[in-house]
Amino acid sequence: MNKLFVSPSPHTHGPESTQTIMRDVLIALTPAMLVSVLASGWSALVLIIAGVATCVLTEFLIQKYLIKGPVTVCDLSAAVTGVLLALNLPPNAPWWLIVIGSVVAIGVAKMTFGGLGQNIFNPALVGRVFLLVSFPVLMTTWDDAGSMFGIVDAFSGATPLGAVKEGLKNGQTLSQLTADNLTFSQQFFFNVGGSAGELSALALILGFIYLLCRRVIKATIPVTILCTVFVVSGIFWLANPERFTNPVFNIFTGGLLLGSIFMATDYVTSPMTTKGQIIFAVGIGLITVFVRYFGSYPEGVSFAILIMNCTVPLLNKYCKPHRFGEVKK
Amino acid sequence: MTGTILFTIACLVALGLLFAVVLYFVAQKFKVEEDPRIGTVESILPGANCGGCGQAGCHAFAENVVKAPSMDGFFCPVGGNPVMAKVAEALGRAVEEKAPMVAVMRCSGSLANRARTNVYDGYSSCKVMASLYAGDTGCKFGCLGKGDCEAACQFDAIHVDPEKGIAVVDEDKCTACGSCVKACPKGILELRAKGFKNRRVFVSCINKDKGAVTRKACSVGCIGCGKCAKTCPFGAITVENNVAYIDFTKCKMCRKCVEVCPTHAIHEVNFPPKPKIEEKPNEENV
Amino acid sequence: MKKTFRIGGVHPHDNKISAEAAIEVFPAIETAYVSMAQHLGAPATPVVAVGDKVKVGQVIAEPSGFISAYVHSPVSGTVKSVGPRADIAGNMVPHVEITVEGDEWMEDIDRSDRIISEIPYSPEEIIEKVKKAGVVGLGGASFPTHVKLAPPKDKKAECLILNGTECEPYLTSDDRIMRERPQEILIGGAIMMKALGVTRGYVGIEENKPAAIASMTEAAKAFPQIEVVTLKKRYPQGGEKQLIDAVIRRQVPSGALPIDTGAVVQNVGTSLAVYEAVQKNKPTIDNVITVTGRCLPAQHNYKVRIGTPMSKILEVAGGLPENAAKVISGGPMMGRAIANLDAATVKANGAILVLTEAETRRRSESACIRCSKCASACPMGLEPWLLNKLSRAGGRYDELEKERVFDCIECGCCSFTCPAGIPLLDMIRISKAEVMKIMRSRPKK
Repeated sequence: MNKLFVSPSPHTHGPESTQTIMRDVLIALTPAMLVSVLASGWSALVLIIAGVATCVLTEFLIQKYLIKGPVTVCDLSAAVTGVLLALNLPPNAPWWLIVIGSVVAIGVAKMTFGGLGQNIFNPALVGRVFLLVSFPVLMTTWDDAGSMFGIVDAFSGATPLGAVKEGLKNGQTLSQLTADNLTFSQQFFFNVGGSAGELSALALILGFIYLLCRRVIKATIPVTILCTVFVVSGIFWLANPERFTNPVFNIFTGGLLLGSIFMATDYVTSPMTTKGQIIFAVGIGLITVFVRYFGSYPEGVSFAILIMNCTVPLLNKYCKPHRFGEVKK
Repeated sequence: MTGTILFTIACLVALGLLFAVVLYFVAQKFKVEEDPRIGTVESILPGANCGGCGQAGCHAFAENVVKAPSMDGFFCPVGGNPVMAKVAEALGRAVEEKAPMVAVMRCSGSLANRARTNVYDGYSSCKVMASLYAGDTGCKFGCLGKGDCEAACQFDAIHVDPEKGIAVVDEDKCTACGSCVKACPKGILELRAKGFKNRRVFVSCINKDKGAVTRKACSVGCIGCGKCAKTCPFGAITVENNVAYIDFTKCKMCRKCVEVCPTHAIHEVNFPPKPKIEEKPNEENV
Repeated sequence: MKKTFRIGGVHPHDNKISAEAAIEVFPAIETAYVSMAQHLGAPATPVVAVGDKVKVGQVIAEPSGFISAYVHSPVSGTVKSVGPRADIAGNMVPHVEITVEGDEWMEDIDRSDRIISEIPYSPEEIIEKVKKAGVVGLGGASFPTHVKLAPPKDKKAECLILNGTECEPYLTSDDRIMRERPQEILIGGAIMMKALGVTRGYVGIEENKPAAIASMTEAAKAFPQIEVVTLKKRYPQGGEKQLIDAVIRRQVPSGALPIDTGAVVQNVGTSLAVYEAVQKNKPTIDNVITVTGRCLPAQHNYKVRIGTPMSKILEVAGGLPENAAKVISGGPMMGRAIANLDAATVKANGAILVLTEAETRRRSESACIRCSKCASACPMGLEPWLLNKLSRAGGRYDELEKERVFDCIECGCCSFTCPAGIPLLDMIRISKAEVMKIMRSRPKK
């Protein structure tokens, strides 16, 4: 007989591991990836593959040759970053753009802080914002000529949010603008313009439901962000419907769904307790609405999440869970 | 135009003066008087902040030694006698020279000498392991080999030998700060006098079990037979709780005990080889 | 809606594979090794000498302090030795070794099957009888029961909760006794209620034991003051604090005792032992032990005399299979791994669980991904990830105390749930011990 093992309790472990969690996130992102490929053709697929490959390779090379420590690319966290970054770019962006973005995301935003679990900012968002600032033209032009299966008509131009912002700047009112803009069902199933991951709210919500069922994330952060955006933009809209876009439009356009479901819920860069998560999410919602309404960029989700990422250590310190036996005040 | 500039300058100057006055009074009120000798002593100390002296660090040591009336109870194990002599000189006091010490590993239960009876699968820490159970061998007192001492040592002077499965002290690097002694949950490590020419004789076992139990668990354990105590001409060896202990203040290093020990649990280190080629006791260095 | 506790918890697979195995009486043994440290508190002092003849149920050791207990001979025969022997962890503990000769019981023990439901004794008499019988908490902590039945003067007990949750995976001994001996358990409960002077009693049972719930509910019809409460399946429901929260919605404040909520919790096995002690004069000399594991040829629930070596039990149960990697005394969440299979059973042993390497091997540790699943799982509302970080930093005991590391009940939910395989509980346990040592060393206010 072999020698017996001896260890402190517990002697059993739950089914989850870092790898299964990251795998679930990838599965949840599949509908959005499919929609993006269907809508934009091979260029979207190339982006996703290039993103994943670069992220994984960068992490591998840094761990193996720079840190000379254990290589942990098998936990799939780098792959998730790659997919998220790909879904955050215009689907027709050149492949070298995402390669640069991925190197920045993994190399700068993740590994410099010590790798998985240590980074302050969401790597995919850092990559995206880096590209947005460095290549503004490439990052904001949506040329959708290559639609693969003819589901969507060839379309070229700005995102709905970009179009609105541009129009408002030129002195048009919203009612004039929305006449030729999108209907709700279009927004929900297929938004014609937008970064790869912004195309279909339905695909993202499917992913959200999957993550909830698998208990990978809790609904707290996404729901709070969406509610905040809805309420705050609702107040502005009621005050001046000609100047401010309506709340439903705000929720289904731009990267809000992608950001709130997949980026703001990133374990590493979101607070640990429910209390902290609510403050974090309200902050993201507020900043998003204000950037959209008053900022010079049409879109503010990335900035909102990155700004709120900074507050996480503080939120973790001051928002403690409800302790057993503590009297509720 | 000139009026604005003059007004601005005047405001700034006034503010500057005001703050300077406030700062001056605050600094006077909250001034911390520190004996200048504390700085002097601290600069003499090695600055390792190892805590081996029993103080919170080198600064605390300096502070307390300056405050104290004499050098009694203060000794920097890292710097040893030369540093203490300098400290005493700086303070204008006398200091007694202390015998230099070294950490001694009192277990030789290597993988070859001590069979493993089970496999530990928890967090790799002696402290965690010791709080859980007696250990992964039949010996309840021996080295667990998880390296709490190695983690505690700031001088890279103690390592767990992967082949032996027990900790080994590097006596050239050891400063006798005592961190490993505190870290070991089994109390195996001991600070002993370094000895003349680094020569030492000690019992490399602390097993308090009865002889038969010890013998079953480990081939080089002290079985408490008492032969060494009977042999010792200086009365330096005592056998208590089935384990022998050599008092290094009484030991004259005649090495008679080493020869009589039936399990070779008594080690001699750094002695020249004996002229006679007899059956040699276990001279395994620790 | 079924009740449960309000903070944290996990759902391990319950693996109650031995639930259908009826209780079997374990065959007679040749030698019994009776530990003197079968209870929380000071070890008992042996009162027999080598060569003494003892009968079943005879006192062989007396308590050596306020929190201590009597120990009785589980067999009849001759005392062979009195001295240290290794327990399951390999540590030396005083034992009395008895060579078995026949099976002669003390005369005053009622060995019939007759169920006696009248309780003619006063509370003081009950507590004295429980104390004399050496009854200890059989839920795992083995706290002497007579101490728990006599709360401090300034605390007032309001209700008694019988713990039939058996929330640990695999274990089925409580399930079996609730199915087979519900009346005796409830009479035991009634006896303890009388001793405590309370009029309200509950039996908390998790929903995965429908047969036990049915038999206890049926038997409870004769006890209007005792209510059987069905609880959701959730670990660690059987923790004293969690059970009180689940059943009467009160949380024990940090640093306080469960009695501060007015509740006294006793395991159903303890209740049975109290019944036997008070009504039958039978001290705690045996207990029901589940022998289980997916790799074992058969599952058993044995009624075993205390002092039987574990190796003997495993041998009778069919021997240790080739692929067995770990033997655990208790369940997989809070049980103790057995380093020494020759160790003898003690009063609070409830199970011997055999696991294979695939079932039990620790995962290799990877980086914390800050998922906060440990904080969500912690039934005490602590933050295991933070406690782990502080423990590893070394010496940060003030902060650990502020984060209430001393509230940890060591249920293992954090380590169980951690996707990165971090041994959170290993680290927390160590710093908890340190912090509690520091707290105890402080002068009392």
